[in-house]
Amino acid sequence: MILNASGCLDALTAPGVAGELDAFVTKTVTPLPRGGNEPVRIAETEVGMLNAIGLANPGIDAFCKEVLPRLAELELPIWVSVGGFSAHDYAELCRQLDEERVVEAIELNVSCPNVAEPAGSVGEIVAAARGATSRKLYAKLSPASGDIAAVAVAAAEAGADGLSLVNTIRGLALDAQTLAPTLSTATGGLSGPALRPIALAAVFACFRATGLPIVGMGGVESGRHALELIAVGARACALGTILFSDPEAPGRIRSELAAEAEALGFENPFDAHAVAHGDEAPASLRYVA
Amino acid sequence: MRRENLTVAGVERIGPYSLVRLRRGTLESGVPGQFFMLSPPGRLLPRPMSLCLATRKELAFLIEPIGPGTRALVELVRGQPVDVLGPLGNGYRLDLERPLLVGGGIGIAPFPYLSERLGRPPAALGFRTKEHAEAAALVPNAEVVVEPRLVTELLRPGHDVLACGPEPMLAAVALLAPRAQLAWEAPMACGYGACYGCAVRIGGELKRLCVEGPVLDAEAA
Repeated sequence: MILNASGCLDALTAPGVAGELDAFVTKTVTPLPRGGNEPVRIAETEVGMLNAIGLANPGIDAFCKEVLPRLAELELPIWVSVGGFSAHDYAELCRQLDEERVVEAIELNVSCPNVAEPAGSVGEIVAAARGATSRKLYAKLSPASGDIAAVAVAAAEAGADGLSLVNTIRGLALDAQTLAPTLSTATGGLSGPALRPIALAAVFACFRATGLPIVGMGGVESGRHALELIAVGARACALGTILFSDPEAPGRIRSELAAEAEALGFENPFDAHAVAHGDEAPASLRYVA
Repeated sequence: MRRENLTVAGVERIGPYSLVRLRRGTLESGVPGQFFMLSPPGRLLPRPMSLCLATRKELAFLIEPIGPGTRALVELVRGQPVDVLGPLGNGYRLDLERPLLVGGGIGIAPFPYLSERLGRPPAALGFRTKEHAEAAALVPNAEVVVEPRLVTELLRPGHDVLACGPEPMLAAVALLAPRAQLAWEAPMACGYGACYGCAVRIGGELKRLCVEGPVLDAEAA
């Protein structure tokens, strides 16, 4: 299964690209409209890209009224990413989305490096969201937490159905001439190739700790990269930064993935699921229904 | 929106700029003022470039090497492949009675193609130095000034102004010609509305330049 990473594709301006995905994940929706950060919002570095978009979005009311009906016309499974500033915010967002039939899953963005961290722990947020919706709930975690496996366990115990791993990690770039920060916000979220080993480690640890279904993401540019995420425990993978330079990446990576898996003796790419763990099965699969 | 792997037909130095000529493949040239995303070798992100010249066999881009991406593009050599996505965004409206092209520096990049499509109207161009002004040879019927003189000195009333250049120039043109069409620039990661990186204030709101522009009415900006 190939998805886009939240915030890396607008299915309404590029329906042809979205149509190549198995599901479309929206940009994060917040309770109130947000204009996002002032420019400059992006910077290229030698190892990845920084962004400081700042969760620009129309807010949940306008999203449900104006955006969702148009997304429904694409006839793609829709995952809605939500973000708030308290457990109560997340619960309210989920309550509203629970009424929208087109929403297949909700991704809880509890880890955007460009806005203030929500009050309350990941466990509290997931529990509040769980109480508000019966839709599939994925918790999107930050690779910057000291012990991401412990956070994943907290999310699992609070009722998450799956995990999205990983969000961007905070970084900074300086202007070549002035040595001032390039981004208006100084720091931003680092994505792209630099995230690849970080994402592998996070998926590896969180799969081992929870056994939950995982959408793996972070620097995927080729079928080989996707296969490696599957091998450490991902059930699906999401494309982010690569979509900016190659809108045809979903189809390309899908066929590369099949070829890479076959070359290694796997009939289906997902036959390689968790093979990196060898005989070491997840310590516990008790969170999987 | 199409993406194609094109081949470099040649690169020519024009003052401090380079004209990167690509064998055209099957890409449309689009409306003048629209842009293409060119992927520099070895860089993560493509760079937005407006089309400078279109012939039956080639698409050409005028590029000023100011950073690692643009440097990699001007260092391309004949025969090298380069990924190109486009045409993208909204170009200039061309149904005009008395067009006047007003450009500054590398902002003249879309003018050779624009001039051709408009029947070679008059142009007013401003440059930092005499070396930069060598690029004026690409634009027919051009009157040229070099700093400290400013291109706005050449504006005459009664024209339909189509402008492209640095932001202070665009702001000055907007004051003198409120109905002008202005082509703006912003850092972009994708060029097709996916990344929200190119936001600029349009009518008081932050909007994506790649989707709403890059050509905007002066009154809207």
